[in-house]
Amino acid sequence: MHRNELGFWIAVAVVLAGLTVPWFLWGSATVVAGLPVWLWWHVGWMGLASVVFWVFAQRAWGIGIESTGDDGSSDGRVGGPGRTREPQTGGDSP
Amino acid sequence: MRAVTLQLTIIVGYLLIALAIGLVAYRLTERTAEDFYLASRTLGTVVLLFTTFATLLSAFTFFAGPNIAYAQGPEWILVMGLMDGIIFAILWYVIGYKQWLLGQQYGYVTLGEMLGDRFGSRWLRGLVAGISLVWLFPYVMLQQVGAGTALEALTDGTVSYELGAGLITVFMILYVVAAGMRGVAWTDTLQGAFMLVTTWVALLWVLATVGGPSAATAALASSPDTAGFLSLGSSYYTPQWMLSTAITIGFGVAMFPQVNQRFFAAGSKAVLKRSLALWPILCVLLFVPSFMLGAWAAGLEVAIPEGANVLPLILDAYTPTWFAALIIAGAMAAMMSSSDSMLLSGSSYFTRDLYRPFVDRGLSDSREGLLARGGVAIFATAAFVASLFQPATLFELGNAAFSGFAQLALPVLLALYWRKITRAGITTGILASQGFYMASLFVAAVPGSYAGWSAGLVGMGLGLLVTVVVSLVTSPAADEQRAIYFDGLGAD
Repeated sequence: MHRNELGFWIAVAVVLAGLTVPWFLWGSATVVAGLPVWLWWHVGWMGLASVVFWVFAQRAWGIGIESTGDDGSSDGRVGGPGRTREPQTGGDSP
Repeated sequence: MRAVTLQLTIIVGYLLIALAIGLVAYRLTERTAEDFYLASRTLGTVVLLFTTFATLLSAFTFFAGPNIAYAQGPEWILVMGLMDGIIFAILWYVIGYKQWLLGQQYGYVTLGEMLGDRFGSRWLRGLVAGISLVWLFPYVMLQQVGAGTALEALTDGTVSYELGAGLITVFMILYVVAAGMRGVAWTDTLQGAFMLVTTWVALLWVLATVGGPSAATAALASSPDTAGFLSLGSSYYTPQWMLSTAITIGFGVAMFPQVNQRFFAAGSKAVLKRSLALWPILCVLLFVPSFMLGAWAAGLEVAIPEGANVLPLILDAYTPTWFAALIIAGAMAAMMSSSDSMLLSGSSYFTRDLYRPFVDRGLSDSREGLLARGGVAIFATAAFVASLFQPATLFELGNAAFSGFAQLALPVLLALYWRKITRAGITTGILASQGFYMASLFVAAVPGSYAGWSAGLVGMGLGLLVTVVVSLVTSPAADEQRAIYFDGLGAD
């Protein structure tokens, strides 16, 4: 289950990076509203990327990095003054 | 002459504001090394986002970038979006979040420190710091050259190159030494916001004068020289070139000391999450207007002499003097916000990863803070002196810095995610790719391009291959801590 989810997000990352440049519009010079259509695609795609990153941060943050086992090695380091800490991992409020 | 006075007043006023912010931050600064380098790991979303953003953007966004768009078309926007908005954003999570967790757990301040601890090797620590400084120093010098040249051009030589570059250097030393990371981050936030606002005002101003984007684009399409700008791709913008550039710079950015060190400085996990989602938006907001201005300039009737910067000339023609001076101040801001952070990080790499392990192991925390401040002043002064002589080798190194740093990225990624990597593997991988890339720059027999793919990208692949192969055929040294990047991470 966890592996599938990791694979899904890796695929998402590859697609996001792969279509940032609209390769299928190569050579196209169509202009819409004063800008080349490939530039509009890029602007829209970056907006989409932003939404995808936000969803990732809410739903899957920590995947592939945080260890899943609940071994309680809670705090390896003495905190400096004024250091904030998240109350817990995963699924926190924005 | 009046114009010069006005321009100088605006720029000096701007520098004074930056200094004042530095001094406010100084009052909050503690005298410890961690506070000086990382603001005690407390940066919030806006400050972290803008300080990283402003740090990324050197004078390129205002000068070299629009110049390329003017000469070759606006496809650079796509390259910038891919490298900074997508690739770097993904690395922000993959490298950045993991480094942040490790920094929280073990108190790391530099990349070299983190690797040295895992691989039980102060030599590896020193190697990473040494390589970073080799690429960093000339890059700082280039920023000073840029600032000096821009001031000299703006004032028609009233402010000489030496005086301009010297002035910028002194201001930077003052606020970096006084306030460390907190001061740098706060001034960067001001500088980043300032750049964003002025770029949009510039775009709207010029477009309002020429009759809107459709008219500006139509002017481009009607000239035979620039009609090709509107179609995606050209003999300059080939797919290989665009991908090579975006990948090497995107990975290089993540290894640039001043950017990499920010991975340790975030105040909380939520800060990293919000920043991730905002990256692509911020890239579009800045790069589209500045590069489109450069591209549209090619269709406008403004004479641009060979070798001159496009953006200032366009603004000169279409906007009042005070506004053009504001944009130059914005460009100064871009240079300073990159350089100040580089000085701070360069100094921390030197004191923590070279001086402390190899010269004085018993260095106390407060002495380290003092030494780091001295390091900033020495680093900045040395780069300034070098910029007066402008040696060709340093120019070449500075221009190649992103690809040079990119050579570190894949061995570091392997170290973070692959348990089988060994000290011998990562060390030879780093040495092989650095050696290859350096050779492609300075040895005529080693080409800089392979079927359209850059030597920087090929070197990254070589580093990956060597690290993996050597790791597989060697066994880990006894004092390697193979589990510390994996066990118990983030389970707080």
